[in-house]
Amino acid sequence: MFSKPNDPPMLTAFKDSSLVGMIALLIFSPISGIILNGYGFNTHPQTPIMLAFIVFIGRFAYQLAALTPWGQRLIQKFMLSKGKRGVYVASPGDQRYLWIILAILFIAGLVLPFYLSKYYLTVAILALIYVLLGLGLNIVVGLAGLLDLGFVAFYAVGAYTFALGSQYWGLGFWSAIPLAAAFAALLGGILGFPVLRMHGDYLAIVTLGFGEIIRLVLNNWMSFTGGPNGAKAAEPSLFGLEFTRTAKTDGHIPFHEFFGTTYSPNTKFIFIYLVVFLVACLMIFFFSRLRTMPMGRAWEALREDEIACRSLGMNHVTIKLSAFMMGAMTGGIGGVFFAAQQGGFVNPTSFTFFESALILAIVVLGGMGSVVGVVVAALVLTILPEMLRDFADYRVLIFGILMVFMMLWKPRGFLPIRRPYFTKEGQA
Amino acid sequence: MSDYMLEIHQIDASYGPIQALRNVSMNVSEGEIVTLIGANGAGKSTLLMTIFGSPRASKGYIKYQGRDITNIAMHEVGRLGIAQVPEGRRIFPAMTVEENLIMGTLPIGDEHMEEDREKMFVMFPRLKERRNQRAGTLSGGEQQMLAIGRALMSRPKLLLLDEPSLGLAPLIVKQILNSLRDIAAQGTTIFLVEQNANHALRLADRGYVLVNGEIRLSGTGEELLVNPEVRAAYLGGH
Repeated sequence: MFSKPNDPPMLTAFKDSSLVGMIALLIFSPISGIILNGYGFNTHPQTPIMLAFIVFIGRFAYQLAALTPWGQRLIQKFMLSKGKRGVYVASPGDQRYLWIILAILFIAGLVLPFYLSKYYLTVAILALIYVLLGLGLNIVVGLAGLLDLGFVAFYAVGAYTFALGSQYWGLGFWSAIPLAAAFAALLGGILGFPVLRMHGDYLAIVTLGFGEIIRLVLNNWMSFTGGPNGAKAAEPSLFGLEFTRTAKTDGHIPFHEFFGTTYSPNTKFIFIYLVVFLVACLMIFFFSRLRTMPMGRAWEALREDEIACRSLGMNHVTIKLSAFMMGAMTGGIGGVFFAAQQGGFVNPTSFTFFESALILAIVVLGGMGSVVGVVVAALVLTILPEMLRDFADYRVLIFGILMVFMMLWKPRGFLPIRRPYFTKEGQA
Repeated sequence: MSDYMLEIHQIDASYGPIQALRNVSMNVSEGEIVTLIGANGAGKSTLLMTIFGSPRASKGYIKYQGRDITNIAMHEVGRLGIAQVPEGRRIFPAMTVEENLIMGTLPIGDEHMEEDREKMFVMFPRLKERRNQRAGTLSGGEQQMLAIGRALMSRPKLLLLDEPSLGLAPLIVKQILNSLRDIAAQGTTIFLVEQNANHALRLADRGYVLVNGEIRLSGTGEELLVNPEVRAAYLGGH
């Protein structure tokens, strides 16, 4: 920014690192430099300065490394997408180490809950729920290019299907998952029909309205949904074993009694975590496969050019509807887990427009259409605010500033979409 | 029973209150190159899109290989062996050249993909050079080649082109029209909508002239080229 083209490289590196350090200082000072103390606060200037200095050193080291030939090679390797605004298409040989990394992450994910406190367990579950929601909206917004501002509606439908289903028809946790998925998909289809001919702004407004309608119905239909008082869902169970201290449903036995261990309130959350983790992994696998299949290709083609799609013999009605339904289905599944994580209690205040905006932010920040990006963004955007609890008043402000800068610097998100290179199998 | 490949019979079409086509009849026989020329706003593109059902013909009928296709859905027309190179090319900019070609196989499945892709690369070597490049980064002429290649990937019997010369340098136009001649020689029937009357009429076996939504003239390419009315209106005639 301040460097001139003919500065010596060391000076350029120093200027650049100072700038980065300054930015880090600006970001860290309010977060770590001010500690609230009752109604006042104490300042701790040394912490942010330390942090900014570490950032400065790191950046300077990076810049110096970039001057040496081996450093450049290293950077080239890791920053393939740097400077490319467009879509990066993975080359066929990219996946060598992928399986090993995935396996390590998977095992780490499975082991993780046993080392977390109850509080962090709920945070982790919430983060995984947002991964699901992000993946669902990613289909609608990222792949098919249909701006949906009311995605929270399907989340609400999933949660309420579980809660009301168990209230009125004795629906259990396991049967609620497919049922909520089907019901949310159905609603997605119903929403899809009237908006088939809409694009961009108009579509956004209609979906926004749809999200609010669902919330208002849940809020005001006292006799059925319980209105603002909310609804209670069944306790999750595994083959008739419950995770409560004493069984709530006739014929069920508590988990700890069955295995003869002592009761721990964490067991239930570990269980929910493991189920949502496996479902999320399944969805990630499913959606990354989908991208190379005709259906995923059709969504992307639809986003790029609807007329071309139709003249190529693609039925835009089924393509759009399938995108809406797939997205809604995933949202619905997320809703069931949310109801379970909340201790079976849901009420309409959890499903405001802010949730829709947050999910959309996950998709946009993560990189529209990029599965990995969405997963990372979902984890960051749900875990980070929990880490910043002490700083709750300014959370949304920081969030907003972050969004603005992201859009300026990385308009395609953290991890821009890397579309798998699709070709007929085995031949490149 | 007519033996025309495509028969358009006395159709009307309109966008809301504005009537764009009046009583238009024309036909294309198998193996021909037929061109439709006309000024801006004459209804050329409308006629082409009416074959694909958007807008629909409000009167008359359109038959393809003897089958009435006046009212079938747009995406189904694409599966009948009719392929379209739309106005403004409309390639998929974020996909690579190769992927764009693959998208073209959707109506018939990817059974012949390898073979046809090689054919396209032979016909348009530029596309082979840029096969892994994003289509949005191609030049206008290359995009047009890609659009034609994509349309041909569905092995169409009838290829409709809407102003392939639009916005291209004269040399590229010549190259593209030459490749159309090759495509026709390999047995694909071509219906070409053009403003560039000179080039189009030289290429075509027959031509129609559309003026204000009505067919004003028709004849063989040579006839129209020397027709004083056509020369005056489209060829800067003397």
